[in-house]
Amino acid sequence: MSRYRVSVHIVPRKGILDPQGKAVADALHTLGFGDVQDARIGRHVVLDVAASTPDAAGDAVRKMCDRLLANPVTEDYEIARVEGLP
Amino acid sequence: MKFGVVTFPGSNCDYDAFRAVADVLGEQAVYLWHKSHDLEGADVVILPGGFAYGDYLRAGAIARFSPIMQEVAAHARRGGPVLAVCNGFQIACEAGLLPGALLRNASLSFLSEIVRVRVENGDTMFTNRYAPGQILRIPIAHGDGRFTADDETLNRLEGEGHVAFRYVNASGNRDAESNPNGSMRAIAGIVSAEGNVLGLMPHPERAVESLVGSNDGLGIFQSMLARVSA
Repeated sequence: MSRYRVSVHIVPRKGILDPQGKAVADALHTLGFGDVQDARIGRHVVLDVAASTPDAAGDAVRKMCDRLLANPVTEDYEIARVEGLP
Repeated sequence: MKFGVVTFPGSNCDYDAFRAVADVLGEQAVYLWHKSHDLEGADVVILPGGFAYGDYLRAGAIARFSPIMQEVAAHARRGGPVLAVCNGFQIACEAGLLPGALLRNASLSFLSEIVRVRVENGDTMFTNRYAPGQILRIPIAHGDGRFTADDETLNRLEGEGHVAFRYVNASGNRDAESNPNGSMRAIAGIVSAEGNVLGLMPHPERAVESLVGSNDGLGIFQSMLARVSA
């Protein structure tokens, strides 16, 4: 078994009102960043996982997202990065 | 009749629920510690409000793994009544006892105020003491109360009479101003497909004596009493 550091992004699903994202987008507009068209605020989770391969580590984290880390009703997630640890 | 009030680490409405049952309704109440596997013979389980596990990750996401929740889920599968208030509603959704999810209030503000809700279905085991369309004044106190579900789920809830309460104005009508948290279709409370789990964001246990401004919530407890002891 090797160790992998898996980063996962969890964000409100498109189409679901994200008032935090909207507030941040409005603030950015106020600062002059008028190019911002949408902002969504989510969560970034970093997990150190023991697994045989990077793919296995990613698969394990996907299962964790399905069961706990993300709410299947309102959130989407994506594995942002899998890196091997010494 | 015996009511079991679950106490999670971070629950803060368990005493209010206990008191509503024991002192106002005049029925038996017991606290059920979240680590227990024993419902102690409770006929009704109350999942009270609060901030179980500090709302870490998402409100209710961790509490559903408490040992007692296995017994609560089994009780619900047997048709046993579960009253899930505020944080309890969030926990029930996370545990799959009710559909949908409760997200951050659209205003981003924590809201603590008395709201009006309309009884949408007066024929559930939680609402049979109310007239359909009756307007109740009950307090809310939450930061994450925006009921959210996909259209299919919302249509099913409405079509099958599972919307128990909606936020309304003084005239009993829905409008944006009286929907405090931006809930979809102004939904304040729903019952499960089998009708034995009620989740609602308003706190009926805080509205059981006119001394504190309203006793409109007492009917929920009386309804359960009427139906379960019948």
